[in-house]
Amino acid sequence: MKGEPRVGVFVCHCGVNIGGVVKVPKVVKYTKTLPNVAYAEDNLYTCSEAGIDSIKDAIKKYDLNRVIVASCTPRTHEPLFRAACKEAGLNPYLFEMANIREQCSWVHPKEPEKATEKAKDIVRMAVARATWLEPQTEPEVKIRDSALVIGAGIAGMTAATTLANQGFKVHLIEKEKEIGGYVRRLYKLYPTMEESSEIIEPIIEAVKKHKNIELMTSTTIEEVSGYVGNFNVTATKKDKKIQLEVGTIIVACGGLNYQPPKGLYQYGIYDHVITQLELDQILKEGRLGKPERVVMIQCVGAKKGEIRGYELESFPKSDTAKLLKKILRAKKEEGWPYCSRICCMNAIKNAILIKTASPETDVIILYGDLRVYKEYEDFYSKARDLEVKFIKILEIVTPEVTETPDKKLKVLAYDMLAGKEAEFVADWVALSTPLVPHKDEVILARMLKIPISPDGFLMEAHLKLRPVDTMMDGIYLAGVASGPKDVPETITSAKAAAARAAILMANKKMKSEAIIAVVNEDLCKGCGRCEEVCEYKGIKLEEAEGALIAKVIEAQCKGCGVCAVTCPTGAISMQHFTNKQINVMIKAAIGG
Amino acid sequence: MEQPAVLVIGAGISGIQASFDLASRGIKVYLVEKSPSIGGRMAQLDKTFPTMDCSMCILAPKMIDCSHHPNVELLTYSEVKEVKGSPGNFTVKVVKKPRYVDISKCTGCGICVDNCPVEVTNEFDEGLGMRKAIYMPFPQAVPRAMTIDKENCIECGLCEKMCEAGAVDLEQKQEEIELKVGAIIVATGFDIFDPSQIPPYGYGRHKDVITALELERLLCASGPTGGHLVRPSDGKVPKTIAFIQCVGSRDRRHGNPYCSSICCKYAVKDAVLIKEHDPSARVCIFYIDLRAFGRGFQEFVNRAKTEYGIRFIRSNPGEITYDPETNGLSIWYEDTVTKKIENLKFDLVVLSAALIPRKDVGDLVKVLGIEVDPYGFLKSSSSISDPVDTTVPGIFACGYCLGPKTGDIPDSVSQGSAAASRAAEVIVGGK
Repeated sequence: MKGEPRVGVFVCHCGVNIGGVVKVPKVVKYTKTLPNVAYAEDNLYTCSEAGIDSIKDAIKKYDLNRVIVASCTPRTHEPLFRAACKEAGLNPYLFEMANIREQCSWVHPKEPEKATEKAKDIVRMAVARATWLEPQTEPEVKIRDSALVIGAGIAGMTAATTLANQGFKVHLIEKEKEIGGYVRRLYKLYPTMEESSEIIEPIIEAVKKHKNIELMTSTTIEEVSGYVGNFNVTATKKDKKIQLEVGTIIVACGGLNYQPPKGLYQYGIYDHVITQLELDQILKEGRLGKPERVVMIQCVGAKKGEIRGYELESFPKSDTAKLLKKILRAKKEEGWPYCSRICCMNAIKNAILIKTASPETDVIILYGDLRVYKEYEDFYSKARDLEVKFIKILEIVTPEVTETPDKKLKVLAYDMLAGKEAEFVADWVALSTPLVPHKDEVILARMLKIPISPDGFLMEAHLKLRPVDTMMDGIYLAGVASGPKDVPETITSAKAAAARAAILMANKKMKSEAIIAVVNEDLCKGCGRCEEVCEYKGIKLEEAEGALIAKVIEAQCKGCGVCAVTCPTGAISMQHFTNKQINVMIKAAIGG
Repeated sequence: MEQPAVLVIGAGISGIQASFDLASRGIKVYLVEKSPSIGGRMAQLDKTFPTMDCSMCILAPKMIDCSHHPNVELLTYSEVKEVKGSPGNFTVKVVKKPRYVDISKCTGCGICVDNCPVEVTNEFDEGLGMRKAIYMPFPQAVPRAMTIDKENCIECGLCEKMCEAGAVDLEQKQEEIELKVGAIIVATGFDIFDPSQIPPYGYGRHKDVITALELERLLCASGPTGGHLVRPSDGKVPKTIAFIQCVGSRDRRHGNPYCSSICCKYAVKDAVLIKEHDPSARVCIFYIDLRAFGRGFQEFVNRAKTEYGIRFIRSNPGEITYDPETNGLSIWYEDTVTKKIENLKFDLVVLSAALIPRKDVGDLVKVLGIEVDPYGFLKSSSSISDPVDTTVPGIFACGYCLGPKTGDIPDSVSQGSAAASRAAEVIVGGK
């Protein structure tokens, strides 16, 4: 970097988020007294177009060669401010962010004076680091224009055809013999009552015929290595090993219908206590006949805690698995905490099917809250028109199922509107159980290094704005893999995942972060500790001039820094987070 | 032949997502927005459930990313007037309404606003605050440029005199441009049901009966009260607040039979926000069914009950009465367990008003030749297998213009991406 550092500092009010606590003008005034600060100002919202333009103008006007925004978190806003620097001709790595919102105003709302002092400290530290920042170039990564789709249910098939229609090569892998997944087993779909085969068969046909889709059934994925744009996949079909090279991955592993443990509501003890999915099959095969009464119980195993048993034995014994076991074991005692979203409509659908085939049959749905959201309200009305009875029960009083002397089933539940326990004698009891994570999800999550959310499903990158992206570049989620969804929602998310994957593949390349490990070859003793600790296979020993030297695989390095702290000789440093940069921050913090 | 472009109508979060996904994969996008700024409804919200992310904080970077994208041509304050042609080859006429400000010159400095003598109610703040006749709807507006609302402008010319950039142009004329596109995505969003159609609730008569979107503006740091929750009648901090759910939803008599899908979730969020603003406040939600579906939401409701002490009453109140002596409100409701008529007193009542089709959606539907469902939302060509296809090939839809099937923000984003996929299939693959 030529010349003296000229730092520009932009202190954001963030409306009243920061400005309501921290005295921003005071921080600006103080900042102007710091060494190397050439310019400082405050903005109502630095992230507004006004703020961005102001940064760009100041870079030119005051010849700034470092920029600091003191505002919120780099996680959401650093890319924006870096881009502004770049547009003004400044290397984006000469930008630094000081978080005076999450780490200051939000946590000290009652102490404005002290918070203002703390904000000054945070800015002073950022200025200290900024003077030592260096320009970096982001390595360019080539992206292969082919995708792997894991799972050939309705989500995977939809994602695959959407990509294939745009000319991308798709490898669609299904571990079962048949494709079609969960939906293929269903009878009819709400709210149109179309047979599921009418929906799924055309999609299956399209997948089988498509010249850009290579379908592999009875195939399991063994290993995924590599990084965005360059994933290497090992799969096995029977005993045959298959190697694939793909640019992006869409996970569409689906979910399972929760199987109640034996004894829950007498499930597994009395033949006529069944799940809604089993009822679906019975209706499909026309085996229900004309019973006098069917009682349905909602939220069995969802929203509350009467779950016993979720099979975990098949998980590999590693740290990840142990951690997940903890989550799952807690669930074992407490039940799945979430609402499974589809069960209310599903129960109504089956109720309508029963009533249509046998109007004399009394159908009773016991529920806590009837979540027939959207326009499905009409569907609910239709069921009431058919005289399906909906009874709101007190959920904390778990209904009891027993057998009567004449081999019928008796359901005892607390009727909230009646304000007392009510008894229903039924021929069948159908349990509405939630969609739960597929156990493969744990294995896939570990293989692909994507996190699992507290509900047990795979986690998206951002709950609101990145619903189909994952934290790993180039890996996307479609369908129930990321939580319960009905068929239209699943199809939508699959098409969305395809759109996100297509961006990378259409561009054929992308820039990756320059925050990576760097090895000082003179100091490296070739001990290999770094290779052992790296989660991402981003560093490995290579022979050079007769000695072993650690080498960083740039595109695979995530810049986590584990190797740098492990290295006994201090040979590894982090680009953009050098020891010098951190040390001057510490000194600035303690006033040394 | 050059690759055809895509027209996206409506620049809320769904339209922004669709545009950004298409532009990022190399397809040219014309993003047409009727109002002066992009951002849509999400820009009006304070925080989003259940993560409590500040809505503008997560939206603003997206707005800027999208508008700065070299493949996105932004046409704000513009409307689509005519569409002809077929998939792969549509001809579209867009009318650019006169802003009376040259956006290439305006720096958004605000000198004109300071000098404008005309104050009118601010629609962005749901009428709770004021703005000038020359205005920018909100501080993070994109483009950052003023607009003159000619209906209220008295043409005093002060703004023109004061503007250092020479951006004010009171002679600006309406412009008509023609675009060639291969596919169209509609993302025009929703309107809010007017609760004054349910007279017993007294909306419009009692000042302290407000809609949830109005509350959102009152809670928002950039809103008319700077984020201080005060009641409209006397500016006092309300201590007891009630929410009434399903106002105009699930109501065949006054409103709409459908469930709006999001009101339970935002009401619980707003209730928690109120408790965070003022832990001593007492908050109560009157509901029919608590529809807390969606990731993380059941868990959020549990926290609202246990951690924040929000009270949930299962009842659909019949009437809100006003007591002039105490300036308080009483909600009359039937306790569905005891079957007795009860009443509770509140300082502020928030109505979770239904989301309804945009009032002007009919014009656009005619221009595009697409069909609507019985409620007036856009109809999918197949509600199960083609959720983002409209009834006309080559025209897709995303976001709440498709009705409550969309639900919340992640659904809108997913649909935006899904519509982008469908449009890309037409542009790149001819499907």
